[in-house]
Amino acid sequence: MVDIASGSAAPARIPATGGASRDAAALHRAIFIGLAALLVVAPFALYPVFLMKVMCFALFAVAFNLLLGYGGLLSFGHAAYFGMASYAAAYAAKVWGFTPELAILLGTFVGGLLGLVFGALAIRRQGIYFSMITLALAQMAFFFCLQAPFTGGEDGIQGVPRGKLFGLIDLSDDRALYVFVAIVFLGALALVYRIIHSPFGQALKAIRDNEPRAISLGYRASQYKLAVFVLSASLAGLAGATKAFVFQLATLTDVHWSMSGEVVLMTLVGGMGTIFGPLVGALVTVTMQNYLAQFGAWVTIIQGVVFVVCVLLFRQGVVGLIAKFIRKPL
Amino acid sequence: MATLFGVPLQALSGQLLLGLINGSFYAILSLGLAVIFGLLNIINFAHGAQYMMGAFVAWMLLNYAGVGYWPALLIAPVFVGLSGVLLERVLIARLYKLDHLYGLLLTFGVALIVQGLFRNHFGASGLPYAIPAELSGGHRLPFMFLPTYRGWVVVASLAVCLATWLAIEKTKLGAYLRAATENPALVQAFGVNVPLLLTLTYGFGVALAGFAGVLAAPVLSVNPNMGADIIIVVFAVVVIGGMGSILGAIVTGFGLGVVEGLVKVFYPEGSATVIFVIMALVLLVKPAGLFGRTA
Repeated sequence: MVDIASGSAAPARIPATGGASRDAAALHRAIFIGLAALLVVAPFALYPVFLMKVMCFALFAVAFNLLLGYGGLLSFGHAAYFGMASYAAAYAAKVWGFTPELAILLGTFVGGLLGLVFGALAIRRQGIYFSMITLALAQMAFFFCLQAPFTGGEDGIQGVPRGKLFGLIDLSDDRALYVFVAIVFLGALALVYRIIHSPFGQALKAIRDNEPRAISLGYRASQYKLAVFVLSASLAGLAGATKAFVFQLATLTDVHWSMSGEVVLMTLVGGMGTIFGPLVGALVTVTMQNYLAQFGAWVTIIQGVVFVVCVLLFRQGVVGLIAKFIRKPL
Repeated sequence: MATLFGVPLQALSGQLLLGLINGSFYAILSLGLAVIFGLLNIINFAHGAQYMMGAFVAWMLLNYAGVGYWPALLIAPVFVGLSGVLLERVLIARLYKLDHLYGLLLTFGVALIVQGLFRNHFGASGLPYAIPAELSGGHRLPFMFLPTYRGWVVVASLAVCLATWLAIEKTKLGAYLRAATENPALVQAFGVNVPLLLTLTYGFGVALAGFAGVLAAPVLSVNPNMGADIIIVVFAVVVIGGMGSILGAIVTGFGLGVVEGLVKVFYPEGSATVIFVIMALVLLVKPAGLFGRTA
């Protein structure tokens, strides 16, 4: 909450939003508080594990959207950072006996480090090549996880102990874990909001909109791109590591390319380049998966149809459309 | 038995041949991707699904209609190509004015739909497709046993690749295609029907994928997931070769197949990732790709 308050001054500098920016900041703050209130009430109505799953994927989508929506870079391999972090956190907690917060920090670090290596390679090419490179590198990470001895191959790492947060709070209680996940989620969301509205975020948008111009103005575009890539990968890692504790499980599904596709879908459905879009997208996608799980391959088909429909008719996404309707950035 | 670097020559040449076969598929698929990308400026994510369709159409022709391998080698690509024409007309044509990202996302969605439909109907396990009688058996060469069908795959792929290259470099239609790749507006001003050319090019690129699928059916099992696995490798092949040149795509495809085969002999654990590692190295040394113009 503190973060969001300090971020509220920043949007005033965005010329594109014009005089409405102060209103927009107030609106964002209201939505953020509403969201926090909703998260307090929701477990009384909905299954907490479902909500935690939504939050983990929403965080993943927010991380991805930071790169796509604000950096203009379509990574098709974000499952690598999500999944590798998930493995790292699960392994650290199960084998090394790390406490949850340390394991999650380690996972985040692993995601960021992998993002640094892959990002440095991928930003050497642009546009469509960037997407293909990130996808190919993520596939390499997938094969690594498939063959490496510590990932448990097809079984994954099962029965990850939830442990005690800071050695004090027992997370094996779903309610305690829920509060922890909600705090991580809201904190990360506030951080991303702050990044987007910082001078760094503004420079990023300038590079996204016209890279040669930003370079001619003296911005080192590749350094900005790499920085946002690492940030995005770290946050994806945070999401993956947290997910490992919610389900007490890290598997190959988390590093598979279909996971990369899912996070693209979430962002597309919710609205690329909007702050709250990925949350809506994650909610829609996870709900869809839960209800359609019994229909097997139909999930894939419906996801495909949603992709096609979104690209053809609905490129702004749910939140993008609402933002256009109320004429305020969301 | 003769050995080379401690590896029996038989095993080495066997893996080399397998590598050449994989390389054939890489070459045909990356060729199709390059032709489509050159003119339409979209990356066809559905390429793997269309390759899989080729194999399934051949399987269905045999099992439902009793049509054998040889007619299928012609019918299946035509059918897959026509489905591509339909896809281009109905969906892809709406995206030309948008960012290239949308083409990738749309075809990714199409790939999910096609794969899901086939998996629903045929299950996830592979279906067998027998090698045609004329090509069964093999030849005993002095250093190895050469299964006839595998030799045929390599020869047929090379022939198709070279024919495509000749068609693009030496025919009038190919000249239109190259011209439209450079400057579509100008070519249209000269009275060439560019939208039709786009449709035909997409159909042709997709038909190539279907052809590779039919070739693959007897070697690999016919499986709804066969396309998803190969397309990512083909993307890496395309990044390594660069999409600037047709011959470049062919050479890179075959070359990387052979490298993959060799790695399978000397360091089996690395065979799944070697192409991605090569891609990373090429990006470090020559970011535009081996045959690429500066991107």
